[in-house]
Amino acid sequence: MSKIQNIELIIESALLVSQSPLSVRELLDLFDSNKPSKNTIKQAIETLNKSYVNRSFEIVEVASGFRIQVKNGYDQWLVKLEKQISSRFSKAFLETLVIIAYRQPVTRGDIENIRGVSVNPQIIRNMIEFDWIRVVGHKDSPGKPELLATTKKFLDHFNLRSLNELPEIKESNA
Amino acid sequence: MNINSSEYIVRVNGVEVVDIPEDLFIPPDALQVILEQFEGPLDLLLYLIKKQNIDITDIQILPITNQYIEYINMMRKMQFELASDYLVMAATLAEIKSRMLIPNDTEDDDEDDPRADLIKRLMEYQKYKDLSVELDLMPRLNRDNFIASGIFNQIEKKQELPKINIEELEQAFLEVMKRAEINASHNINSEVLSVRERMTKVLELINNKEDVVFTDCFDVTEGKMGVVVTFLAILELVKENIIDLIQNDSLSVIYLKVKE
Repeated sequence: MSKIQNIELIIESALLVSQSPLSVRELLDLFDSNKPSKNTIKQAIETLNKSYVNRSFEIVEVASGFRIQVKNGYDQWLVKLEKQISSRFSKAFLETLVIIAYRQPVTRGDIENIRGVSVNPQIIRNMIEFDWIRVVGHKDSPGKPELLATTKKFLDHFNLRSLNELPEIKESNA
Repeated sequence: MNINSSEYIVRVNGVEVVDIPEDLFIPPDALQVILEQFEGPLDLLLYLIKKQNIDITDIQILPITNQYIEYINMMRKMQFELASDYLVMAATLAEIKSRMLIPNDTEDDDEDDPRADLIKRLMEYQKYKDLSVELDLMPRLNRDNFIASGIFNQIEKKQELPKINIEELEQAFLEVMKRAEINASHNINSEVLSVRERMTKVLELINNKEDVVFTDCFDVTEGKMGVVVTFLAILELVKENIIDLIQNDSLSVIYLKVKE
C-alpha cells in the first residue's frame, strides 16, 4: 500500500515540476527498477485526481500527455496576474486557424480560397511562433507552396487530446 | 457608429437602390469600422444574405449584386482603399448576373445554375466561420485554464566554473613546451606561422567540438615555434573575449570554450 502511494507522489511531483505535459512513457521513465505498468500509472493519476476534490487544481490529459492545471472557474481572478499570450484572437486569426485545423495539410492558397481574402502573413507567423502550426511539407504544384498543419501544442492549448475532439462540422445552409 | 451603419444598410435593403444623399456626412473612420467588421467579400455577402432572411441556396443574385455593388461604390466614394478581393467578387457577381439573364437552353438547370459555384463557396465559408466561433468558445489556456506548476530548485543549479589562474596556465604551457623540445630535433625549417591564422584554427577546433582540452590544441611536431604561436593565439583569443579558459580544480585539465 505504501508503495502505491509512493508512485502517486512521484508522479505528482514530476507533473508539478515539468514545464510541459508528460506522457505515460515519460512518467514510466521516472522509475528505474520494478517499473509500474501503464495501467498503474493511469490508476495513480485517477487516485490523485480523486484526492484533489477540495483543491483548485487537477490532472488533465492533453495531446502531449498529462499536466496539472487549475480547475475551470478561476479565470476571473487569475487573468489579473497573467502576462502571457493574448487570450483574445481576431476573427481572421480564428478562421485561419480552424481552416488549418480541419483541412490540414493546407496551403495558403487553400485558406484564401475558402475565406475569399488573402492570408495575413503576420497571422501565420504568429501561429508558427506559438508553435501551433508548422510547415509539414510542400505541395507538388507550381511554386511548391508550403503545407501547413497544426501541432500537439495547439491541441494542448485547447485542452484536446486529438483532432477528433474538435467540434464536429455541422453541414448547415444558413 | 455601429448603429449608424446598420441603419444605413437597412435603408439600402428596403428599396432597390438608394443614392447616398449628398449632404449625408459619414465620417471616413466609420466606414473603416464597417469594413473591418467583415472578413472579406464572402463575409460581406453572407451578411447581406442574412439581412434578407433567405437561405444561401436561395440567393437572389440581382438584389444581392446591387446591394454589394452599392456598398463597394460607397466605399470608393469615400476614397477608401478597397482590398482587391472585394473587386474580384464584384466582377464575379456581375458575371453571374449576366449569365442569369441569358435564357437557359438545357432543361436541367441544377447543373447549369450560374450561382452554384458561389453558393458552394458561401456555404463552405459559413461552415468554417461557425467553427471558428465554436473554437473561440472552447476553454483554452491562459483564458479559461491555467497550468499549475511547482519549482524544483535543483533544476536551477548551474555550476559556475572556477577561473583559472595565470600560474597554472604557465605550468601547462611549460609542459607542452617540454614535449615540443623532444620533437625539436626533427624540425629542420620552421615555417613562418601567423598568430591570426592560428587563432582561426584554434577556433575551428573548438567550434567542432564545443570544448577542447588545452593540450590538444598543440601540435608538438611543429616544434617550439609552432607551440609558441598556438599559445599566443589562445592568449589573443582570451584577450579578445572570444573564448574562455576553464579549469574545474587546480592542476586539473584546462578546457577552451567559446564565450556565450
